[in-house]
Order: sequence, then structure tokens, then C-alpha cells
Amino acid sequence: MSTNAGITEPRGVTRGVLQGFSWLVYVFFYAPILVLIIFSFSDNRNVGVWGGFTTSWYSEFVTDQPLTTALGNSLRIAVVVTVVSVVLGTMAALALERFRFRGRQVFDALLYLPVIIPDVTMAVMLLLFFTQAAKWFGFSKGFATITLSHIAFNISFVSIVVRARLAGMDDNLEEAAMDLYASRWQAFRHVTLPFIMPGIAGGALLAMTLSLDDVVITQFVTGAGWSTLPVYVFSLIRKGVTPLINAVSVVMLVASMVLVALSLVVQRVRGGSPA
Amino acid sequence: MAESAETHGATRANPAVALRGITKRFGSDDTVVVAVDDVSLDIADGEFFAMLGPSGCGKTTTLRMIAGLEFPTEGSLKIFGDEVGTLPPNKRPVNTVFQNYALFPHMTVLDNVSFGLRMQKVSKSDAAARARELIGLVRLSGMEHRKPAQLSGGQQQRVALARALVNRPKVLLLDEPLGALDLKLRQEMQGELKSLQRELGVSFVFVTHDQEEALTMSDRIAVMDDGRLLQVGSAEDLYERPVNRFVADFIGQTNLIEATVADGATIVLANGSKVAATTAHPAGAKVFMSLRPESITIGERGSAPAEFRADCLDGTVSEATYLGHAVDYHVSIDWIDLEVRTPAVVARKRYRPGDNVSVWWNRASNWLVAD
Ligand SMILES: Nc1ncnc2c1ncn2[C@@H]1O[C@H](COP(=O)(O)OP(=O)(O)OP(=O)(O)O)[C@@H](O)[C@H]1O
Ligand SMILES: [Mg+2]
Repeated sequence: MSTNAGITEPRGVTRGVLQGFSWLVYVFFYAPILVLIIFSFSDNRNVGVWGGFTTSWYSEFVTDQPLTTALGNSLRIAVVVTVVSVVLGTMAALALERFRFRGRQVFDALLYLPVIIPDVTMAVMLLLFFTQAAKWFGFSKGFATITLSHIAFNISFVSIVVRARLAGMDDNLEEAAMDLYASRWQAFRHVTLPFIMPGIAGGALLAMTLSLDDVVITQFVTGAGWSTLPVYVFSLIRKGVTPLINAVSVVMLVASMVLVALSLVVQRVRGGSPA
Repeated sequence: MAESAETHGATRANPAVALRGITKRFGSDDTVVVAVDDVSLDIADGEFFAMLGPSGCGKTTTLRMIAGLEFPTEGSLKIFGDEVGTLPPNKRPVNTVFQNYALFPHMTVLDNVSFGLRMQKVSKSDAAARARELIGLVRLSGMEHRKPAQLSGGQQQRVALARALVNRPKVLLLDEPLGALDLKLRQEMQGELKSLQRELGVSFVFVTHDQEEALTMSDRIAVMDDGRLLQVGSAEDLYERPVNRFVADFIGQTNLIEATVADGATIVLANGSKVAATTAHPAGAKVFMSLRPESITIGERGSAPAEFRADCLDGTVSEATYLGHAVDYHVSIDWIDLEVRTPAVVARKRYRPGDNVSVWWNRASNWLVAD
């Protein structure tokens, strides 16, 4: 233990209890993951029964037609959703943080709505909406409806994250840029954008994760014979769990971790440290 | 009173900055704030010009209008003869040093300083070369690759200065640039700023609410209150010939004695005693006589020389404070308290509370101001 421990640093019994508790939390978090990873290599159809080491579930994942289709759908949706909701969410954040306009407070409150209302409510709303819209405009449910739904709630998440970052920005920075011969656009491009980039990257990561993860809303607005990876996995479970699902889960887990790592790297390189 | 419509101190054919009837109102109908009220003034090329006034008097707003960060509601604003009223900041030949510096946190010192040049499409290598030159000028060589967060307050201040000056502005605007620095550093930077300004021959418009800073650094000073421009002049003008009670009171310390003008030559103080007046005010006008503590002489009761009999009051010492270089007396005279400051010369007689004394002054050093 260091000798210059601060006054707030716990000691003695308190310290022991807190440390033990922290470890418990970690075990609680990571033990299931460990079990998942181990059994994704198990050569036994029954989940939870070890049957020797195999990588066959992973090769099955790669070759399983409906599974790869669902994965492809998920990825395509996630990419479009991320791009669109990052652009719109950032614009909403800028508008709310920078401009005073009529109805700003209402707009502000409404923007938080998708975060607050339950998924099921949102799903029912969107389903009704799309059913009506399909009658009038005649489009089929699937890629478009899922993408639109994901964008609808991700704009809120992105704008909340970006706004938090913008709120910490000194108003004088943009003025200083314009005083130094930058146009409005250049001031945004060279000063504001780099400053809020960590927020945007965080928002993008969040949007992508939420889109890849979503089951409830997607299930409501999807069309017949159309599935995303989590929705398909969910339907598989109803037929019975195999280590194939474990393998799929591990792949999804690794992908999420890569995304997080990537976003950290991006923030370090592009964002810099806030003042 | 504010000589609002006319111009203060226009001396050159083409002043660096010319304000005519500049007014700035914020807010809408029911909640209007008049931040700047009908200000007219000229700032000469190469001048060190300070703007002084209490908090909220409109100094920053005036500066921001010159920079183009705020547009006047009314009036004309010219920079070297060109009307710039609603020109955006990036189209004006002026640069600003912000109060909180506003350095770009994600850029290095070099990138901060060369920013203005890069925006003006100066080639990258030329921009870097000139930026390095300025970084040297503000004595920060070797710190080019640090981020602002890795610099001390004084160093950040210099980066802000270099970042503005690298563009060779025709006018440099500084909004309380030394406000965030401690006393010692501030005094050091005052000297540096002043010599930098002389060297470059650029007009500096310097906002401060530290009057000593304004008095010692500037060629001329504008005093503002409540959005209005009260007086523009040299330190001596403001100190010795304030135009009204506010300026007399705001600049330095003074005794303000209520009086009524009897005729051109005398004024009557509140206790009925008559003293000589030099400044002309209409008979019957209510005025204040401003007497600086150091221009009052203190002596034994009745010892005033004959020529000062008309500018003399009798009283009792109520307080005596030894300041080292001076002694500060408070003298009670029936209805008022006068502050008197005398150099602490060893041979000179000192007075103690309760002593009966007379105080007198040279007629030329009293100054009458309207309320
Ligand atoms: N954007 C704004 N909206 C509304 N009122 C404003 C705005 N900017 C300034 N004001 C008001 O205008 C007046 C002058 O403000 P200004 O910032 O120019 O004062 P200042 O002399 O710089 O004061 P300080 O010494 O405190 O910096 C103040 O009453 C202020 O509240
Ligand atoms: Mg100010």
C-alpha cells in the first residue's frame, strides 16, 4: 500500500470488504462470458455438457446460410443506422446547444423521449406507423423499416452524448477561429468538430452497438422471412440451444470489443484531451 | 457630461478605429439591455488605447463590435476609413486576445499560432516559419509542440498574443488579457505588452478594469459607465481634469465636496464658507469640488499662509495612518471628512487624532465637476 494514500482512501476492514466485493462483481460479470467461450468449443450438442474440444461450431456459423444472411443484414443495417444517426444526432445536438429558437425546449424534451419510453411501447408505435405508411406508400417491411426504427431511437442517444461534449466547449473557441480568418464552416471543421469528435465517436459506437443488439423493436417491425442476427438467434433458442449459439455469441462479443477498442484509439488519435 | 454626439480626440486623418454613435442593444422589446449607448470615439494608428470602467459598463461589447463578433444596433464603425459595421470577423484586419485566451485545446502551440495564417491560405511552410518567429518573440521557443493544457497561465497568455500578432493585424484587441495572472506576472506582462506595442507600432485596444494598469500603460484612456462613454483622454486629463463626478471618483482617490456656485470666482460650500473656484460653471449650479488627498496641505490651526486664506478650512484630525512613504490623515470639518496625504518626510511635523488643524490647497488644484 502506498504511503501517500489520500484521506479518502479506505483502510482496514472497510478496505478488505470493498476489495472482496469488487472481485465478486468482476466474477459476476465475467464468469458467464468465460463459460460461454469455453462451451462454444465443446463437442457436444447439449449446451453445458463438455464433449471435448472442437471448432466445428465456428465453421458451422460461417457456412450456415440463414445465420450468415442474418449477420449480413445486421451489419448492413448497423452501418446505415450509424452513419445517419451520427449525422442527424450531431446536427440536433449543435442546434440545441447553440441556437435559441422557438420551440427549442419542446424539441429538447421530445428528443429524450425515445430514451425514456419502454422498448415495447416504441416498437408498437413504430409498427402501427409502418403499417399505416405501408398502406399509403406501399413498401414492404424489412431492411427499410428496421433501419428507420433504429435511426429513430439512435438519434437521441447520439445527440445526448454529443451534447454532453459540446456543453463543455468554450463558446469563445469558435469566435477565436473566426477572428483568425476562418469562415463559419472552417471554424466548425477545424475547431468544433475535432473538439466534439470523442463525443461523436462515442455516439457512433453506441448507435452501432444498440443497432446490432436490438431485439424487441426489430422483431416488431421486421417483415416475413427477414431477420437480423440477434432476432434469428432468439428464434433459434426457441427451437433448442446448441453450442452454435455460443459460437455466434462469442463472435458478437469479440466484434463489440473490437469496436470499443477502435473507438478508444480513434479518440486518442483524433480527439485529443479536453482542456 | 458625456459629449455623446461629438467625437473625442480625432487627431489623424484616418484613425485606426472610428466609432460614430455606436449603440448596442441586446434582447427584445420587453427585456432590452442597452450595453453600449451612443459611443463616438477615434483610436489613432499606433496608439495604446485603454477602455476602463466598472463591470458591465459595456467594454467587452464595444471590443466585440470592433472585432465583428457582435454587430452594432446603430451607428457607424470604420477601420482605417472602411465601414465594417456588419462585416464578419474573418473579413476584418483586426485580431483579438480573449480574456480566457480561447486557445484551441486539441492543437499544439505551433498549430495554434499558425492557425490564422493557414486560414488565409499562407503555405504551410511559410506559416510555420512565421509562427516560430512569433513564438520566439513571446519567448516560448522550445514549446512549439506542447498542447495548451501543458502550459502555465502566463505561457498560455503569450501563445494567445502570438496567435493574434502573427497575422500582423492593423489593430490588436485585448480583453482583460492580464486578468487571470497573479500580480507579479501581471506587472511583468504589462511591461512586455507595452514594449511589444512600441516595437510593432500597432494600435492596441486594451480593456481592463484595473485603473492603475490603464493609467501606466496607455496613451489614452476611455472611461465608460453604464454603456456611455464619459471621457477620453490621457492619464493626466482623467486624473486632473475629470469631466464629471463619476470619473473624478473612479480614477484614483479624491475628496468630493458638495458646493454651489456663487459667481464665476467663488463657490459656497455646504457650511457656508466661500472658497475660490477656477473652473467656470453657471451661477447657482450644484457642483462637486474634487480635491486630491495629496494636493491638500495640513498645518497648525490658523497657520495657513495669507495667499491660501481663501482656500482654507479648519478641522480636527480624526485618524492618522502611517503608510511608509506618506501619512494619511482624516480631518473632520464640521460636515465632512477630508482625506489628506502628506509625504512622510522625517522633518515634517506629524499630527495626531484630536489635533486642531487647518487644511488648505492651491487654487489651481481644486477641480469642479457637475454631478
Ligand atoms: N449576449 C448578451 N445578451 C444580453 N445582454 C448582454 C450580452 N452581452 C452583454 N450583455 C449585457 O451588456 C452589458 C455590458 O456587458 P459587457 O460584457 O460589455 O460589460 P463589461 O464592461 O465587459 O463588463 P466586465 O468588466 O464585467 O467584463 C451588461 O449589462 C451585460 O449583461
Ligand atoms: Mg468584459
